[in-house]
Amino acid sequence: MTSPLQQKLKVTGPVVVTANRLGDGAVVYRTADGHWTNDLAAAAVVTTAPAATEILTAAVADRLKAVDAYVAPVRLTPEHGVLPGNLREQIRFNGPTVALPGASPA
Amino acid sequence: MYVYDDFDRTLVDERVREFRNQVGRRLSGELTEEEFKPLRLMNGVYLQLHAYMLRIAIPYGTLSAEQMRTLARVARRYDRNYGHFTTRQNIQFNWIKLEELPDALAELARSGLHAMQTSGNCVRNITTDQWAGVAPDEIEDPRLWAELLRQHLTLHPEFTFLPRKFKIALSAAAHDRAAVKVHDIGLRMHKNGAGETGFEVIVGGGLGRTPFIGKTIKPFLPKRDLLSYVEAILRTYNQWGRRDNIYKARIKILVHELGAEKFAREVEEEWQAIKDGALALDAAAVDDIASRFRHPDYEVLADNPPELAKIRNGAREEDKRFRRWLDNSVTNHKVAGYSIVTLSLKPVGEPPGDATAPQMDAIADLADRYSFGEIRVGHEQNLVLPHVAQRDLPVVWRALDAIGVATPNVSLISDIIACPGLDYCSLANARSIPVAEEITRRFKDLDLAHNLGRLHINISGCINACGHHHIGHIGILGVEKNGEEYYQVTIGGRADEAAELGTILGPAVPYGEIADVVEDIAAAYLELRERPDEIFLHTVQRVGVEPFKERVYAAR
Amino acid sequence: MQLVKAGRIVEDRFVRVLDDAPLPEGVPVLLPAARLLADARDLVLRQAPIGVIWPNDRKIAELAPYLDWLALVALVFPTFKDGRAYSQARLLRERHQFRGELRATGQVLRDQLLFLQRAGFDSFEVKKDNDAAAFAEAVHRYSVFYQPTGDGRLSARNARASRLVPTAAFQDRPEVVR
Repeated sequence: MTSPLQQKLKVTGPVVVTANRLGDGAVVYRTADGHWTNDLAAAAVVTTAPAATEILTAAVADRLKAVDAYVAPVRLTPEHGVLPGNLREQIRFNGPTVALPGASPA
Repeated sequence: MYVYDDFDRTLVDERVREFRNQVGRRLSGELTEEEFKPLRLMNGVYLQLHAYMLRIAIPYGTLSAEQMRTLARVARRYDRNYGHFTTRQNIQFNWIKLEELPDALAELARSGLHAMQTSGNCVRNITTDQWAGVAPDEIEDPRLWAELLRQHLTLHPEFTFLPRKFKIALSAAAHDRAAVKVHDIGLRMHKNGAGETGFEVIVGGGLGRTPFIGKTIKPFLPKRDLLSYVEAILRTYNQWGRRDNIYKARIKILVHELGAEKFAREVEEEWQAIKDGALALDAAAVDDIASRFRHPDYEVLADNPPELAKIRNGAREEDKRFRRWLDNSVTNHKVAGYSIVTLSLKPVGEPPGDATAPQMDAIADLADRYSFGEIRVGHEQNLVLPHVAQRDLPVVWRALDAIGVATPNVSLISDIIACPGLDYCSLANARSIPVAEEITRRFKDLDLAHNLGRLHINISGCINACGHHHIGHIGILGVEKNGEEYYQVTIGGRADEAAELGTILGPAVPYGEIADVVEDIAAAYLELRERPDEIFLHTVQRVGVEPFKERVYAAR
Repeated sequence: MQLVKAGRIVEDRFVRVLDDAPLPEGVPVLLPAARLLADARDLVLRQAPIGVIWPNDRKIAELAPYLDWLALVALVFPTFKDGRAYSQARLLRERHQFRGELRATGQVLRDQLLFLQRAGFDSFEVKKDNDAAAFAEAVHRYSVFYQPTGDGRLSARNARASRLVPTAAFQDRPEVVR
């Protein structure tokens, strides 16, 4: 959970490139055709450092749409497809693990 | 509380306009993220895990009812219906969109609210005692001096790009409720031998990676010299604070590396050159700011009025609940017939320090009716109604109880101070909110909590220590081990005039066990204390850490 | 990169001489600190103007003996986030009464121009051409300043003091229609 932005690129499993959308800060993932999506299932999944670097480089260059891009681990499961690969990524994808106060306006 | 004049308002409006321009230039690509980031930070805008976060300043923790209503409106319109009150008396909104920020800030500006300098390498919100102006043990209201400093340090051209963030706190009471000894500058108001009031200036305190208790570099600074002396400190820091390593860039490192005496001499040399210049505070300058402070028009009332006496002696279940709240959440006021009411934002099983928009509106209404329109935000992440007439306490309690801010757990084990942690913050190693929630569930029995007495738990999700864990009676620090959440526990910390950092208890424990550890510590305390009124902190100071360590780690 | 002076984009009349090369005759020269300190005795006799680039990690007090005859002091912002030169600028203007040209160099961007001007800079090597063109906009963003600096702008304190009636709290005024 140490910020991945400070880590050296080391790819030991399936990864995606993720960032936050500039306009609203929402979590987004880089697709194979060079766009951003908030659907993890549509993200480009790669398994080698060179492949990840290529996508990351293109993502970082695309600074108008998304910021702070980095490489994040995912898990591939037969039942659910692509899932976030650690707790931090789970939280980014699903939101806080606690109920938000005032979720339903009184 | 201070009421803006048109200078103050104009400045905030101009700041909104400038930020709107900067956001526009970022969205168009004219500004890169690298160029924009310090600018947005200076306006309190962070990028967190899920969204942008906006931190709004509540200067020295004082808020008007109208401002609270504005916060509720912003929560509804631009966020998700709630806000989080922080350990520096600010409020945070976690779901703000950058595109909508200028409009949200414009709305805030209409009530004199802003987000200037709530982040970035500049002087942050100046904090003080949440009971300032009303505590019986205070020698004078420090907020006048906090406001003088606030204005002087807002958009100060020389100190906008400091080596690192800079935090100032003031206290004016015998008992320090503002933690001045763990701030970059702490200012303790006190009287000298001649009966004059001035400031003890304490520098280089701070928590985080390298915690330090501050050092006194000037035991007595006359009021006249407040601005010039702070200027001299900041100028020394701006020039000589380290800029090569962000983990060594706070003033506490400079003070430590130079030594307090050498640092004090550098400041003194600079100060001698400016002390009689434009920053010397004459009576006119002070009176001008003081003239815009509104003070309540207190009635002449007696303590313990009949409305209160009746319920003190009542036998109904409701009376007992009221008495429990009275004993826990209501404290003496310097004016007879009045009281200070703390609103617990720590309900069992809920995130600590949050308030919903409906709660904010209800509290604003209560403040208007029963507290001269004034609310305070405490660094323990609770709210305060500072001017409640004792005769109104029953009706105020019923209203607070109805909106869920009357849990009688203020300063007890379930009154937890916690940072947002990994659920929100991109710096975090571990979650803090669910840990806090679980602990409150374990101690939801009010008799147990009351029996354990005053016990401050502070939880930080990472070493940046926004939860102030070093100075918790029990401090909990989230760390990461092999991709799992672990928690390191310290005990015996305190943040007051006898400030001390906690001592590590033993190896970090996993997420699933941290609440158990807290239960073990509490059980150990009950066994080890000499008398029921020996609080946890004093037991730790008396018997040391070892007995607690044995009990916690015996079975682990 | 454009040089902005007196609110306009101008040509830089100073020639930078960053090594030990002999100084060009009769033209204003901008020298590194080491050269100034080493050759001060000769430089003081020179007719044409002399400027110095002073690093942001050296005390201004070291430069003080030469300020009488320096036409230009250029201070450095290695990144715009490194704010040491703001203190240096104020010391030059307010402590040492330096009256020559005080130039901001390095990463000088639009959003710092007003702070720079308030600290005493009067010329700016602005990194981006757009920012240079927007100088006037940048330095007119605010009409209220809480702190006095040497720039001559009225501080809020003095503005309030000079009013014949004390400034009333905003809430006391009749509603202003926006």
